[in-house]
Amino acid sequence: MAATVTNILLCGIGGQGVLTAAELLARGAVAVGHDVKKTEVAGMAQRGGVVTSHLRFGPEVLAPAIPAGEADILLGFEAAEALRWIGQVREGGAIVVNALHLKPPVVHQGLFDYPDDPIGLMRAKGLTVRTLDARAIAEDLGNLKLVNTIMVGAVADHLPLAPETLRTQIVETFRARKPALADLNGRAFDAGRAAGADASALGEPQVVAG
Amino acid sequence: MNALTDVQSGSRALLSGNEAVARAVWEAGATLATAYPGTPSTEILEVLARYPDVDAQWAVNEKVSLEVAIGGSLAGARTFCAMKHVGMNVAADALMSQTLAGVNGGLVIAIADDVGLSSSQNEQDSRYWGRFAHLPILEPADADEARAFTLAAYELSEQFNCPVILRLTTRVCHVKTVVTVGERLTMDNKGFIRDPRRWVMLPSNAKVMLPRQAERDVGLAAHAETSDLTTILPGDDASLGVIASGPAALSVREALPDAPILKLGLTHPIPVARIRAFAETVDQVLVVEETEPLVEQEVRAAGLTVIGKDLLPRHGELSVAVLRHALAVLRGETETPDTVAAAAGPDPTVFPRPPTMCPGCPHLTPFYCLSKLRKALLISGDIGCYTLGAGHPWQAMDTCTCMGASLTLAHGLAAAKGEADAKKGVVAVIGDSTFLHMGMQGLLNLVYNRANVTVMILDNRTVAMTGGQEHPGTGFDIHGDEAPRVDFAALVQAMGVKPERVHAIDPYDLPALFSLIRTETQVPEVSVIITNQPCVLTDRHVPHPALTVDEEACTGCGSCINTGCPAIEVTRRETTVTKAGHKKDLAFVRIDSAFCTGCNACVETCAPDAIVPLAPEAHPRLQRV
Repeated sequence: MAATVTNILLCGIGGQGVLTAAELLARGAVAVGHDVKKTEVAGMAQRGGVVTSHLRFGPEVLAPAIPAGEADILLGFEAAEALRWIGQVREGGAIVVNALHLKPPVVHQGLFDYPDDPIGLMRAKGLTVRTLDARAIAEDLGNLKLVNTIMVGAVADHLPLAPETLRTQIVETFRARKPALADLNGRAFDAGRAAGADASALGEPQVVAG
Repeated sequence: MNALTDVQSGSRALLSGNEAVARAVWEAGATLATAYPGTPSTEILEVLARYPDVDAQWAVNEKVSLEVAIGGSLAGARTFCAMKHVGMNVAADALMSQTLAGVNGGLVIAIADDVGLSSSQNEQDSRYWGRFAHLPILEPADADEARAFTLAAYELSEQFNCPVILRLTTRVCHVKTVVTVGERLTMDNKGFIRDPRRWVMLPSNAKVMLPRQAERDVGLAAHAETSDLTTILPGDDASLGVIASGPAALSVREALPDAPILKLGLTHPIPVARIRAFAETVDQVLVVEETEPLVEQEVRAAGLTVIGKDLLPRHGELSVAVLRHALAVLRGETETPDTVAAAAGPDPTVFPRPPTMCPGCPHLTPFYCLSKLRKALLISGDIGCYTLGAGHPWQAMDTCTCMGASLTLAHGLAAAKGEADAKKGVVAVIGDSTFLHMGMQGLLNLVYNRANVTVMILDNRTVAMTGGQEHPGTGFDIHGDEAPRVDFAALVQAMGVKPERVHAIDPYDLPALFSLIRTETQVPEVSVIITNQPCVLTDRHVPHPALTVDEEACTGCGSCINTGCPAIEVTRRETTVTKAGHKKDLAFVRIDSAFCTGCNACVETCAPDAIVPLAPEAHPRLQRV
């Protein structure tokens, strides 16, 4: 069973678009005929808390959540959040992380420390971590809300789905809901994909931002 | 119309459990649906409101909601009511009596249990209501079943003349899967049947109904033996058979792919004969249910030997990892997957990231003020975003129990406080929607009993925590159409609060708010303070130009951080020695102008006036994430 099901764990912070990214990936999987289960814990997570979304697809998906340690892909929207969930990734799994450092109020209040280099800590475990600066790409494109599509683009070449199919699905989804943003999201996907392909496993940007 | 309601009959759609239930309520031909928002059930009614031919209405609380749905059923329509688990505690009065009277049109009640406590004050197993109220409980495992079971629930409701409870959990409500949808049935309204002996629950009438309820129990038990909602998932390894229900049944299938599984769709009443027959085909039986051992106890009462909560946890989700660990323990394996499960959990060395209030949230300043007056007050909180006031940096909440209890617990605290607390004022903090849900009665009780409590109604004009729903205080209904809007100041005065003790105030005017709270908590009678700025996540909020910090002027005092606004960030820390020779920690700050709403609350906390408007040309023209 596990061999035929693809498990993608998306993680980040409430408000970053993690759930939207998971939805876009899920629609891509449905479009090519997969069984899909996508789960997240909403509710209080909306208020700047930890958000995770589990996306599973394949011929038949049973349990709603990814079994411990069986994530094939980790798509992290924030560096420390990726570090938080790194143990969920199976050996040899792909790790794509937005190299953003978002410190929560409890860190600013001096109650906890934010790790100096969360990506370095992941790499110190011997993991290959691909990073990109999704916020900078979104700023270049003029809309911070594009981070989710950029992140989907960044992981597109690591999925058992054709990137072109996924792109078409995303553009069509936006054309149906927010037509003015359809082409922009297509460009965001492309920019994310290019960043994901270029992303060096070494010497990544370390972005410190709000 | 939209993507969801446009889905054609027979086509596959990626739906959450909540969306699938809504779709099925529409397909079942229901014409009236009500709910009070509550995680994880909220989206069911939000989605239903988009379907044509269904009158979807937010109710002020779950009891009201259920009673409206009951009334609709009596009128002859198929009706629906949704709530989170704790909602049924509020609605139980109606349920426990209506179960005797029964229904006319089919009535389905969806109760969503927050297994794992993602956004609730407790973890309840709503299947107990089936036993308590003598009603059938249906437990779908995913969205596809949620649709099918909802349709089946209407059939059962009309067949057995009783409400039917659809028991959902977070992992059904918020899990999307592929669902094949159908058309809407044409249901004729049955018409109201005038029959006081049936609908008027006088003791003499209710007494006649009791034996009928017992007959219904017998009929439902017989039905459970043949219900196609319960199925056997075959397996080759007969050493262990599993009786399971809900999403946990799917996790069992994944963790134990070769085990035969009796998957219960109708979990109350249980099919005793089928369970007995299943048990005979396997060596051992394991009962897997979230969360309480209801099925297990009934199976044991039927004389069968099973493994259940002696092995499995009695709370939280029964995930694949939890099941694998339990199975390894059962097999007596020393090398258990527990270590794998622990390693795959969140890294315990990474700082916590608890939910926070938003930048510019109108609740920031009330809790900032309360935190400054902390020593002189007992603070009774309530259910909503403002419950976060219990956390850092405010730590300004002493109690929070259930919807509306801020006023009533404050009442008891004020009435019975001991000598040590004699000089303390008592404050109740409650939101607009929670006040209308169950707070009004508490206020009336406070006034009537001449209590001494300061009530703060934090009116942000939405049900914020569940995602921004409308309610009678917003002036809009579930469709966004204009509706009569309650006037809180007039309402509380009508309940007897003196006009001079009722204050509406802009919470962003920090000095005025602080002074008002301090004054009113010293007045020995009921006061009501109503804050009047809308939730920043709603369209009603109008952001002002963002602020920034003049780095030259910032002295590192850290006062602004105590507002709790997440747009304020520490850039560097230093330690200095004061003139008196004391060590003092300094925290210099910046404001993330992309998040700042320009509410100015922090400006008032800054003695050196280092927080200034951002120059317009420097303002990044970006949409806030």
